[in-house]
Amino acid sequence: MNLASDFCGIKSPNPFWLASAPPTDKEYNVRRAFKAGWGGVVWKTLGLDPHIVNVNGPRYGAVWGADRQLIGLNNIELITDRPLATNLAEIKTVKRDYPDRAVVVSLMVPCEECAWTDILGQIEDTEADGVELNFGCPHGMSERGMGSAVGQVPEYIEMVTRWVRNATRMPVIVKLTPNITDIRYPARAACQGGAHAVSLINTLSSITSVDLDDFCPEPAIDGKGTHGGYCGPAVKPIALNMVAEIARDAKTTDLPISGIGGITTWRDAVEFMTLGAQNVQVCTAVMTFGFKIIDEMTAGMSSWMNSKGFTSLDEFIGRAVGNVTDWQYLNLNFVTKARINQDLCIKCGRCFAACEDTSHQAISMSADRVFDVIDEECVACNLCVNVCPVDDCITMERITPGQIDLRTGAVVPDGYGNWTQHPNNPMANPAA
Amino acid sequence: MVNTVRAGKLPEEQIALNFSELHPPLDERQAAVEAGRCYFCYDAPCISACPTSIDIPLFIRQISSGTPEAAGLTILDSNILGGFCARVCPTESLCEEKCVREVAEGKPVEIGLLQRFATDRVMELEDHPYEREASGGRRIAVVGAGPAGLACAHRLAMKGHDVVIFEQRHKPGGLNEYGIAAYKTVNSFAEREIRWLLGIGGIKLHTDRPVRSVEDIARLRSNYDAVFLGFGLAGFNSLAADGRQLENVEYAVEFIEQVRQADDLSDVSVGNDVVVIGGGMTAIDAAVQSKLVGADNVTILYRGDRERMKASSYEQDLAAHRGVKIVANAQAVAFEGDERVQEVSVTRRSVAGREDCVVERMVADHVLLAIGQTLVEPPVNLATEHGKIAVQGAGRTSLDNIWAGGDCVAPGDDLTVTAVAQGRDAAEDIHASLCSR
Ligand SMILES: Cc1cc2nc3c(=O)[nH]c(=O)nc-3n(C[C@H](O)[C@H](O)[C@H](O)COP(=O)(O)OP(=O)(O)OC[C@H]3O[C@@H](n4cnc5c(N)ncnc54)[C@H](O)[C@@H]3O)c2cc1C
Ligand SMILES: Cc1cc2nc3c(=O)[nH]c(=O)nc-3n(C[C@H](O)[C@H](O)[C@H](O)COP(=O)(O)O)c2cc1C
Ligand code: SF4
Repeated sequence: MNLASDFCGIKSPNPFWLASAPPTDKEYNVRRAFKAGWGGVVWKTLGLDPHIVNVNGPRYGAVWGADRQLIGLNNIELITDRPLATNLAEIKTVKRDYPDRAVVVSLMVPCEECAWTDILGQIEDTEADGVELNFGCPHGMSERGMGSAVGQVPEYIEMVTRWVRNATRMPVIVKLTPNITDIRYPARAACQGGAHAVSLINTLSSITSVDLDDFCPEPAIDGKGTHGGYCGPAVKPIALNMVAEIARDAKTTDLPISGIGGITTWRDAVEFMTLGAQNVQVCTAVMTFGFKIIDEMTAGMSSWMNSKGFTSLDEFIGRAVGNVTDWQYLNLNFVTKARINQDLCIKCGRCFAACEDTSHQAISMSADRVFDVIDEECVACNLCVNVCPVDDCITMERITPGQIDLRTGAVVPDGYGNWTQHPNNPMANPAA
Repeated sequence: MVNTVRAGKLPEEQIALNFSELHPPLDERQAAVEAGRCYFCYDAPCISACPTSIDIPLFIRQISSGTPEAAGLTILDSNILGGFCARVCPTESLCEEKCVREVAEGKPVEIGLLQRFATDRVMELEDHPYEREASGGRRIAVVGAGPAGLACAHRLAMKGHDVVIFEQRHKPGGLNEYGIAAYKTVNSFAEREIRWLLGIGGIKLHTDRPVRSVEDIARLRSNYDAVFLGFGLAGFNSLAADGRQLENVEYAVEFIEQVRQADDLSDVSVGNDVVVIGGGMTAIDAAVQSKLVGADNVTILYRGDRERMKASSYEQDLAAHRGVKIVANAQAVAFEGDERVQEVSVTRRSVAGREDCVVERMVADHVLLAIGQTLVEPPVNLATEHGKIAVQGAGRTSLDNIWAGGDCVAPGDDLTVTAVAQGRDAAEDIHASLCSR
């Protein structure tokens, strides 16, 4: 299967890049990644010399599932802690040896035009394929007026992006922080400043846990902790929404997006891409399992494409964007009811507890533990479906138009009707 | 005296129950939960423990990520009989023994069952998943349609060669069809798998076609670009014991074959007091299956210490669980009876090699010999080693353009999966050497 990818002019044999982070921190790792089959890397963020230092105690906090599956990872690592010249020399030799892979360099320097102009000249010498501006790191660097301190102010994003565009002919990707209220504003600012693309998300500010003996947040550095950046499977839903918001924003519809955040399997990657990402970047998953997961990702994407009859990425990139809409446009005439399959039911009663205690009292329970849906009460929220431990035991069934919805006593209307047309909406436009 | 070795000792329903599948397949949910237990270890020890080196962590991750067909292909890329191996491999002494969760918790990831889950999905697909490369124009003869010959033939067909298999028996499959315990491979799986395997095309299978004479082999050598010998072990070790010729003293493999080939298991004849002689998988399978068709008492006699038995402790437990008694340091020295066997004389020691032996007589109306199979001397002059064909590298025999693999080559560990690995590797070597000519 042909997985070849072209991301704003940057070509790679597949759409799977490694995000700027420890996996791309140096030549050794990047060579191993390319040998394993990764399509590209965004090199660990470079800064000015003298290089920064990291803490010398633990950098990570984690949230685990019951069998210690890593669900979320939090880090307080800063940008590269190696001299600029060392990184530049390594980038140059790796790119020379791997001309078919994407090598993009992540940058973070102070908010002064000359600092950006100066470093960009040096990056061009490496013959890297492009740059990514790190406006996302939410810890440490932001205290120094960089990273998310820039990414949280659209005007700064636009200003710095413009400086960079003026100083280089390389493709410019702006990496966004999710630590804002509306992702569309920073994306629009990047677009205004001339960015060729945006990438998102960087990490979310977080504290993963507190040591209840020392009364200190984790990871503890000599009895003190600080918030870090959260990533891994836990952040994927947040990232998916942000990608979709940018993809469907009329002001940024043509802006290429590199999707990042919790991508762990081929399926996650495909989901990001159907919501408008043209490629994806991975960090926590490789930090958990190693570079070899690329085999599962490429094979999985290929076999899915095969099953759908797709022969190139373009055929599914953005396919779901048109189906992301505002709440007000959802069809209120789409009426469903929960249905419990008695053959599959194991009689645990979780649906009953959920509905009886916290929802709409729409499930009945008999003395011999038979659970049934009361159509007169069921609002079709599907909470019971989600708390049921058995696959496909509770499903939602559509009431066909023309039949009576026993809860409202009204006939389910045919066709589409949304809130903008609803009589209860004081702003309703009945003609619509 | 009446012959107590007879059929119909158990009601049909009981027999059906007895021969139901040893390990029922996982459903989707169970597979997902089990796959979630895999740690995706670095340089995983399970991979090196598999003779065909299946990328186990990768295929399990593919199950986890919802692509069981891709998982199945990862398996079949390395082991084209991955479906069969999933059912019959002694995983407790292969991949699962080396699983880090076995070492740490005594509870390995159920690799065999997951392998079955994934390969079953591929075999449910309409089309055979592999395509042949553009024809290399070479013709290769394969002797024996057991796992070694089949794996070799498939790989050669994939490489674009034309393969002709000569099999002496009426059905292909070798011990997959005639030998392996019935409860490990139910519903004619061996047959279905071979049909699926042949789906690649380019393989002509001739059954009832033994390759026996010097002329046969000479003909193959001159008519084909290469010959692969995968004829297994068709001979039997002999037992130096009086009364060997008595009725109802037979080879375990022959008894097992009757079980495997029976259209109706209640037609299989068995004695009341069965004594099985041997200590390997064949002994266990013969003992368990004679119990399952209705023998009252089944005893395995093994001449050495129990720890030295070739059957794994898992297999031994399985036998014990089915009511089979295992007696170690016990050697059968004579079979007594008029026309049919009635008793076995056994010398027993407290420890193997000790002199303190006592002689006992055991009631036995049915004796099954499972003391090993041997190579029937091939009709061609090949170097041998420990009574098997000597090979170098990937199955190269002492003769130019003859390769061999499976049970018939030395040293051999008598496993289906090893036969598959050797057949596959020989095919790669045949291909490489034909292409370089
Ligand atoms: C009772 C029993 C139980 C077993 N259980 C297991 C198990 O649970 N798990 C496991 O991994 N292994 C098991 N094994 C071992 C496994 O079956 C063998 O290692 C494997 O089948 C060897 O494959 P092969 O292709 O080398 O030989 P075979 O399977 O023996 O196939 C050889 C084929 O060549 C044919 N042939 C022989 N001579 C000629 C000739 N002159 N001309 C044409 N054709 C010829 C034969 O008819 C046969 O079809 C068991 C073996 C036995 C006997
Ligand atoms: C230890 C660590 C260090 C990181 N350092 C950087 C960095 O230097 N520059 C950057 O742009 N993002 C950095 N990130 C963020 C990742 O590139 C990525 O955006 C984020 O982890 C979300 O993806 P994930 O869920 O796949 O991990 C870092 C993440 C981690 C875990
Ligand atoms: S991963 Fe463990 S061993 Fe490696 S640097 Fe970190 S703390 Fe040290």
